[in-house]
Amino acid sequence: MRTAIRRHGVVLAAALLVFAIGGCNRGHDGDDTAKAPIAQAETGGSLKGDFGPPQGPDVQAVLTSPPMVPPPTGRHKPAHVIVELDVIEKEMPISEGVTYTFWTFGGTVPGSFIRVRQGDTVTFHLRNMPDSKMPHNIDLHGVTGPGGGAASSFTAPGHVSRFTFKALNAGLFVYHCATAPVGMHIANGMYGLILIEPPEGLPPVDHEYYVMQGDFYTTGKYREKGHQPFDMEKAIDERPTYVLFNGSEGALTGDKALKAKVGDTVRLYVGNGGPNLVSSFHVIGEIFDKVWLEGGTRFQENVQTTLIPSGGAAIMQFHLEVPGSYVMVDHSIFRAFNKGAIAILKADGPENKAIYSGKEVDAMYLGDRAAPNLAAVATAATAHEAGTLTQEDQVKAGQALFAGTCSTCHQPNGEGMAGVFPPLAKSSVLAANPKRIVEIMMHGLNGPITVNGKEFNSTMPAQTQLTDDEIANIGTYVLNSWGNPGGRITKEEVAERRKAPPPADAASGGE
Amino acid sequence: MRRNAALLSLLLPVAAALAGGAGPATKGGYVSLPGGHFRTALKYEDRKNGVAVAPFALMQKPVTNAEFLAFVQAHPQWRRDRVASVLAEPAYLSHWSRPDALGPRALPQQPVTQVSWFAAKAYCQAQHARLPSWDEWEYAAAADETRRDARKDPAWRERILGWYSRPSSGPLPRAGLQAPNAYGVQDLHGLVWEWTGDFSSLLVDGDNRNQGDGDKSKFCGAGALSMDDRENYAVLMRVAMLSSLQAADTTANLGFRCAKDLQ
Repeated sequence: MRTAIRRHGVVLAAALLVFAIGGCNRGHDGDDTAKAPIAQAETGGSLKGDFGPPQGPDVQAVLTSPPMVPPPTGRHKPAHVIVELDVIEKEMPISEGVTYTFWTFGGTVPGSFIRVRQGDTVTFHLRNMPDSKMPHNIDLHGVTGPGGGAASSFTAPGHVSRFTFKALNAGLFVYHCATAPVGMHIANGMYGLILIEPPEGLPPVDHEYYVMQGDFYTTGKYREKGHQPFDMEKAIDERPTYVLFNGSEGALTGDKALKAKVGDTVRLYVGNGGPNLVSSFHVIGEIFDKVWLEGGTRFQENVQTTLIPSGGAAIMQFHLEVPGSYVMVDHSIFRAFNKGAIAILKADGPENKAIYSGKEVDAMYLGDRAAPNLAAVATAATAHEAGTLTQEDQVKAGQALFAGTCSTCHQPNGEGMAGVFPPLAKSSVLAANPKRIVEIMMHGLNGPITVNGKEFNSTMPAQTQLTDDEIANIGTYVLNSWGNPGGRITKEEVAERRKAPPPADAASGGE
Repeated sequence: MRRNAALLSLLLPVAAALAGGAGPATKGGYVSLPGGHFRTALKYEDRKNGVAVAPFALMQKPVTNAEFLAFVQAHPQWRRDRVASVLAEPAYLSHWSRPDALGPRALPQQPVTQVSWFAAKAYCQAQHARLPSWDEWEYAAAADETRRDARKDPAWRERILGWYSRPSSGPLPRAGLQAPNAYGVQDLHGLVWEWTGDFSSLLVDGDNRNQGDGDKSKFCGAGALSMDDRENYAVLMRVAMLSSLQAADTTANLGFRCAKDLQ
């Protein structure tokens, strides 16, 4: 019954539409513009996207890291395509001297670019690396079926899931992780693009590039140095610390800028992973000759700025007439200049004064954002002075122990948490008496203490589980890190201190 | 601001009362927990008002490689080269240098990982113990060093999430390195994931967004779990991890500890 009623409704609506179009045509008889087709021919969508069973040998999909795009499939018949994608959790620079733990598809943010043809049958292998901490899955917006593959690809660390789908709709689609909490998995970088080419392919161009925007939420401020954890509260409040193209500040500037020549036609595949923001994507100094809005089938022409929704994508194409640096931004412009949403396309070639006088302004945009080599800076920032060889051994051992026991409160960078856990970095307490670190670990600390001019009033329990050796190594590590006075604590010293009575401010009033 | 408020709840008399006693009763590596009414993060319809946790004993630390090696030597049917393939996948104990020896990638004091649920269950049975239920585990893990229920404290949550957000590519610390919680139990957070006896009834959908919809039959009519609760998502991420596993699965950061009834 219900189905029948719904069908009647559709027929009725269709009839009205025909009537309206007819009326319109009559009203403009003799007008040239009225003779242009009112609606372009439909592709038929998924109804006409099935070209039958796969033919020929299996094809291993070519996956590329951003900003590169795999070559066109060049196929004219539906194939069986195998995609193998690794989920890798890894620490990478997010800005100069700032690191972040990204969760990635293929080891990069955004994840590997996947390219297939409409009508292809795709067998997807999602492999979660053995050293991952989290289970993950994948939802491809180009998949027809509940969850877009998510429920079929829920994969524990060290395991692999497989599912198969037929790519029925052509277009540029986002994929992302959909494991709980979804927003956190996306905010950590778990998204990428899959291009499902129309059967006839896309017209050839000189360059194709892959750019994806994302917003990031760190507990520290924009460009605050050191390792920065994810901040769930900021993410819920939609207050990003960074808004970035391709996962780090400087990913597409300086030596890593996209390259082209005057006279080239460039096509950009641009996605927006979110998790929260909508992008107003713009290239300063260029006008998009064509934009396939929302990654769909039709293109709009002569566009300045195009909206890319979170979880959406768009294809842009433009011809380069004049050399120079073309700066890509999210034109919600504070994101570009205060949160990192800048990328550069550098066009080399002869000037064309007839088109543009040549008074370039790119230096203004480049400024200090042309970060040349983030990895080197990050490494330098974390390096610290080492003493003698044995002391260095102690520091290394202490660092590992610190990560396993102290860092949950004092933080991996020794900064503590404002108002709750005192900092160990550049600590005034340790500067006054370096050896006090031994008794604090051994007996804990209870009640008010002033560190670096700020008062804390809390309880640190006695770390009775630590051996003398472990206390000596952790102490040596802390004293030799983060601007502390240095020095060395030996196992013997710790053993000696253990014999003495606990201080008055011990956590548990004596053992 | 938030953190200052949290600090105020760290009232020192409470801390002193909990930490200042003679220390937790530890017997054969087990710690006694009193149990009681507990508000779990698993809001199935029949347990919205919390659950009753009976008194039980829980291992102070996760089972270590050395301890599991002793078990495998006494019960050779659990050697990786002899175990039935339905009870443990090929990666079972794969980080050990030999079926009956630990080697450089599995130090004696590190928690044992790459163990299936079946193997963990057998280990506990050999100890005349069992795996803890999810409720017991969550109840014990709600504590921090000074409070039995620290879950409302944002700092507690951030510590847990901080561990989640670090990759586990480096070697694991030894078991028992972290300070004991208010019950005297160590390493419930920040070291490894842990099996629970009833992990297979933890039904978080593989696709987070189906909750409240989707395949209702999966939830046995008990209603759905919700990840929208800010206070509980750190705990529920652990549930999600367990939900992604089959009983023969193993991972490089999944271990276990045993529990016993206290009667």
